[in-house]
Amino acid sequence: MHNILIVARKEIQEGLRNRWVLATTLLLAALALTLTFLGSAPTGTVGVRALDVVIVSLSSLTIFLLPLIALLISHDAVVGEMERGTMLLLLSYPIGRWQVLLGKFIGHLAILAFSTLIGYGAAAAALAATGAIIDRESWAAFAAMVGSSILLGAVFIALGYLISTLVRQRGTAAGIAIGVWLIFVLLYDMALLGLLVVDQGQTVSGPILSALLLLNPTDIYRLFNLTGSASVSAFSGMAGAAGGALGSQLLLATLALWALVPLTLSALVFSRREL
Amino acid sequence: MNTMVQVADVSKRFGKVEAVSQVSFELVEGETVALVGHNGAGKTTLMKLIIGLIRPTTGSLRLLGEDPAAGEFTARRRLGYLPENVSFNAALTGRETLAFYARLKRENPRSVDPLLERVGLGHAANRRVGTYSKGMRQRLGLAQALLGEPKVLLLDEPTTGLDPALRQSFYEIVEELRSGGSAVLLSSHALTELEERAGRVIIMNRGLKVADGSLQELRDIARLPTRIRVKARDDGMAEASAWFGERDCRRVNGHTLEISTPHDGKIDLLRRATSAGSPIVDVDVVPPTLDDLYSHFLRSQERAPCTTS
Repeated sequence: MHNILIVARKEIQEGLRNRWVLATTLLLAALALTLTFLGSAPTGTVGVRALDVVIVSLSSLTIFLLPLIALLISHDAVVGEMERGTMLLLLSYPIGRWQVLLGKFIGHLAILAFSTLIGYGAAAAALAATGAIIDRESWAAFAAMVGSSILLGAVFIALGYLISTLVRQRGTAAGIAIGVWLIFVLLYDMALLGLLVVDQGQTVSGPILSALLLLNPTDIYRLFNLTGSASVSAFSGMAGAAGGALGSQLLLATLALWALVPLTLSALVFSRREL
Repeated sequence: MNTMVQVADVSKRFGKVEAVSQVSFELVEGETVALVGHNGAGKTTLMKLIIGLIRPTTGSLRLLGEDPAAGEFTARRRLGYLPENVSFNAALTGRETLAFYARLKRENPRSVDPLLERVGLGHAANRRVGTYSKGMRQRLGLAQALLGEPKVLLLDEPTTGLDPALRQSFYEIVEELRSGGSAVLLSSHALTELEERAGRVIIMNRGLKVADGSLQELRDIARLPTRIRVKARDDGMAEASAWFGERDCRRVNGHTLEISTPHDGKIDLLRRATSAGSPIVDVDVVPPTLDDLYSHFLRSQERAPCTTS
């Protein structure tokens, strides 16, 4: 346990020094603030549920941006250190390979969690400061959105590690990472949509569609946030969408699995890898 | 004497390449062993095997009584390793980097300052490693290998990039640890440098151990000629050539001759050089260097590739 924390601490230290933390926090805060104030334009400031609108726009932002940031931080984690030669020295110390990986994971996740919390928190705080009335239910939905955003980040950090342990060169890892991002964020949904249009409801029934949505972590995230609370789902136009059939807890559990499985796999691959 | 490292009949195969084949040796406490060989002779692979970074294809290893690849790390806390071309994360300072490694070895992070002083990095402790020169990074590499008073030190090309003064102080540190009972295994290309430092030399070629012993033992086995350089007095060169008669000799310059003699003929030759009436004013004895021994053992192994030691 101690070793894991030592590695995590070093990753955070490096992230602060490389200005990764600063850059991602500023980026997320700037985009979140922009969306908060521009996004409220159509509903006007009289909207009682201003924060709910913010939740809808921020979760769309998250789906694009957080996987990208997570993959950027993580795709280099193992293969980069191997290539630079720092991994050889580290592994000659009394530390297990799985501890190295888990320590890095905690460190990277902490960086991402910090940026998300501060960046999105700034938007909510700014909204509250302008005098918008926000009730408890909205705050709960907002907290759930931030929490699930961090979980989505964890999924893509774990996927980045899996890529990083499987390949031999940094360039390959970067290429695959971009491919993975494209597939999960854009292509999968487009393909799914195309399938539904072609199928016309003939074979793809509700349960099959639900299962297909669970195969993409960004869809799980979207369903969780946009159908999670009644008022948010009304704003997002997702009321009565397929996700309604899947409970929040199931969605969260599946999202957690999406983080655990790649992380475990990458630990297995890493432990067998020859130096 | 305690055995610190035991390598028994170890082979390591990477695909079709046999990087190390059937190597056996032991390191005991308080000895410095030089591992000598070309690039690709298997030196680095051997060190990785001893640390447990890779598993042997056949054979067995013991590091401080433990199987190094078993995943038990008590032995590793007493191990110092300096890899070839050591590198560090550029973003952290020298002190932060060393403190990180100290924590992993459960050493007090405050112990890093004296260590940085010791390798001559005290003034640069708060600078980022990215700004360090090659020599400074090498010194930081040494500092991390010395963390926690290691009982076994494995140093892969430790003095590359160090200036002569620092080399000197590096070998002093190594000697200090050795006399404190540590076993030191170091590989280097600078053979002349190892000559005075290593109690024992292991010569590797293409994964095989071709020789193992003290420098004197190796000289005895190799029976290489000792070279004696004699300086004749002015205009005494012709006379000097005649004085040594039929021996195998070579003119170095206007007044120096180099004579090669088998080990047992050395005293006889020296007597002759210093006897009354000799035209010789100065004598230098050059015993076979590690370089000579190294190339001798490589050549003899190429001729008879079956001998392993």
